[in-house]
Amino acid sequence: MYRYDEYDHALVQARVAQFRDQVARRLSGELSEEEFLPLRLQNGVYLQRHAYMLRVAIPYGTLSANQLRALARIAEEFDRGYGHFTTRQNIQFNWIALERVPDILQLLADQEMHAIQTSGNCVRNITTEAFAGVASDELIDPRPLAEILRQWSTVNPEFLFLPRKFKIAISSSEMDRAAIRAHDVGLYLYRGENGEMLLRVMVGGGLGRTPILNETIREALPWQHLLTYVEAVLRVYNRYGRRDNKYKARIKILVKALGVEAFAQEVEREWEQIRDGVAELTSEEYARVAHEFQAPDYERIDAIDPDFGAWLARNPAFSVWVQNNTRAHKMPGYSSVILSTKPGTSAPPGDVTAEQMRVVADLAEKYGFGEIRVAHEQNLVLPDIRKRDLYALWKALRAQNLATPNIGLLTDVISCPGGDYCSLASTRSLPVAKAIQQRFDNLDFLHDLGELSLNISGCVNACGHHHIGNIGILGVDKNGEEFFQITIGGAQGKESSIGKVIGPAFRAEEVPEAIDRLLSVYLSYREVEERFVDTVRRIGIAPFKEGVYQRETAKVEASA
Amino acid sequence: MNNTIGLINGVAHVLPEDPWCLVDDDQPLDSISSPIISFARWQSLREKGDLDQLSCGVLLGPDDDPETVAPGLDTLPLIALEFPSFRDGRAYTQANLLRTRYGYKGDLRATGDVLRDQLGLMRHCGFSSFAVREDKSVLEALKGLFGFDMIYARSVTNPEPLFRRRSAK
Repeated sequence: MYRYDEYDHALVQARVAQFRDQVARRLSGELSEEEFLPLRLQNGVYLQRHAYMLRVAIPYGTLSANQLRALARIAEEFDRGYGHFTTRQNIQFNWIALERVPDILQLLADQEMHAIQTSGNCVRNITTEAFAGVASDELIDPRPLAEILRQWSTVNPEFLFLPRKFKIAISSSEMDRAAIRAHDVGLYLYRGENGEMLLRVMVGGGLGRTPILNETIREALPWQHLLTYVEAVLRVYNRYGRRDNKYKARIKILVKALGVEAFAQEVEREWEQIRDGVAELTSEEYARVAHEFQAPDYERIDAIDPDFGAWLARNPAFSVWVQNNTRAHKMPGYSSVILSTKPGTSAPPGDVTAEQMRVVADLAEKYGFGEIRVAHEQNLVLPDIRKRDLYALWKALRAQNLATPNIGLLTDVISCPGGDYCSLASTRSLPVAKAIQQRFDNLDFLHDLGELSLNISGCVNACGHHHIGNIGILGVDKNGEEFFQITIGGAQGKESSIGKVIGPAFRAEEVPEAIDRLLSVYLSYREVEERFVDTVRRIGIAPFKEGVYQRETAKVEASA
Repeated sequence: MNNTIGLINGVAHVLPEDPWCLVDDDQPLDSISSPIISFARWQSLREKGDLDQLSCGVLLGPDDDPETVAPGLDTLPLIALEFPSFRDGRAYTQANLLRTRYGYKGDLRATGDVLRDQLGLMRHCGFSSFAVREDKSVLEALKGLFGFDMIYARSVTNPEPLFRRRSAK
């Protein structure tokens, strides 16, 4: 993984000192809260309902064992013993004292981490998929370009006060596991006919109250132009994006207003002025950064391990876990392992305790190459595990409640922290997640349902990405009461789509029953091996609507 | 203007006697030695050919396109760019374009909600003087232009991005 050089170190260390000074000036009253606000946001500090929250960047979701230990220490010494992994591969600490933030940033800086630009109207953490570098369906490792973009966007002076936040994701696999189409800029990296690296540039995606998938404005952009092209997009956005209304300030609104062709022309016009010159990336720079992502020393092992095969046959629970929670690796004899942070009712999705973090760090060193990834789905990944070690690893993970075999299933719920923490939320999403996990805790049933994503957002800001969940749940406040609107048919990945609302919203306690009815409709209509989302696509939402609300109406009539 | 910082040979100083002064459109110009006038007024004076006798600076609002002043840049001693709020980042792009695309060599001044913690960013984008908000201490603000200042990307003050210098090692 990428190691800081003297420049990277100097920048994060200086940033700690700068923010320490800014906090001191805030506490002394020299800085007003209004003046301090963007400064703290650009250092990852939010003011939540009960306390400050600190969001730490995990660039493209990659952590070393020692970095994870540092996060464990922060959870223990500065928070309440746990952290919350987010859909953008970051981690949040929810109970932070502002005075102590500089000390936390110092701990991070010493471990080559930071919280820079994890919030605010600037370019946020660059994300990619959790299996970068190891996935069997990967075309090109996206991490070197992600790191190059991270550096370029960090403290880029022209683009720190954009009209609104700006999210960039890059992916390069058959399956898109980074939800790139829901980003302000989505980059898809692939090879041209002569093996050259090319980028598809997609602009104007975003969820929030106006969910839109981004559209392609440039095909086959040679990789050397990555930075100048993104610069052109940002410059057009910085100049012309709306600033009069926060809800219309994302780039997606500008793209819609101009039309994607006109927007693309504007970007091309700007880019023509800057494309050739010193900002064009060099092969030397690519090689320098790519060198840091060299594959570890994999053992040459057979694809089939007899002991592993024996354990699979002997232990059905292990076998189910392997089937659900491991992914194909590009090296024979290896797997990538997904650690579920969704054990059911015992912990909210994405929450991991300090003890769990330490154990995972140890396991990453014992069985892997000391590396951990954070997935967009809020789970953790050990990317390089020998198949022969899977059984021992599984037992160790079980002891930490991190081996629930539900990856990609209904209870692998993506959820924002909701009204229990967040001051923007209009509803509490975590109790709904919990009620769903409680209702559907039968693993056989979950496995029978198969691949099914369920996403919950506590308000229209859509941090739980409900629009792109196969089943999406959105909390809305109606006259002080919490209601939840359900959408179906959303999807991420190459066949991304925005879910459709099935009808009137439900009270929190009615949600599990409504889900149950949706599932009954699916089970009665599905064809062999057909996924939930494909059934929705084939038969439309009408039968689901009928299945969910018909009995509802009957009940009302009966009680009338 | 009071409370103004300027770069003298690249080093930031508080300017003890800054002659420039923002002038409203209805204010006469004859009594003012170094007025900064609005873009609209500047344009109309220029069209009438009345500009040559005056030493005027021009103020661009965040919506004004820097390209429109490009034809007169050679004779402009000062361009002021306005930050209606320090959270409005349009002037960073305007400044960058004036310096890198239109080759402006005169004084580029930040006015409006100009605060200590953004001065370093402004300098990177090509600003050369800073009219710090009146209620703020200019001496405190001066600190914003000293200290660590490395960035990765290129900027007006660092025409080469860091990676060019790294790989040269």
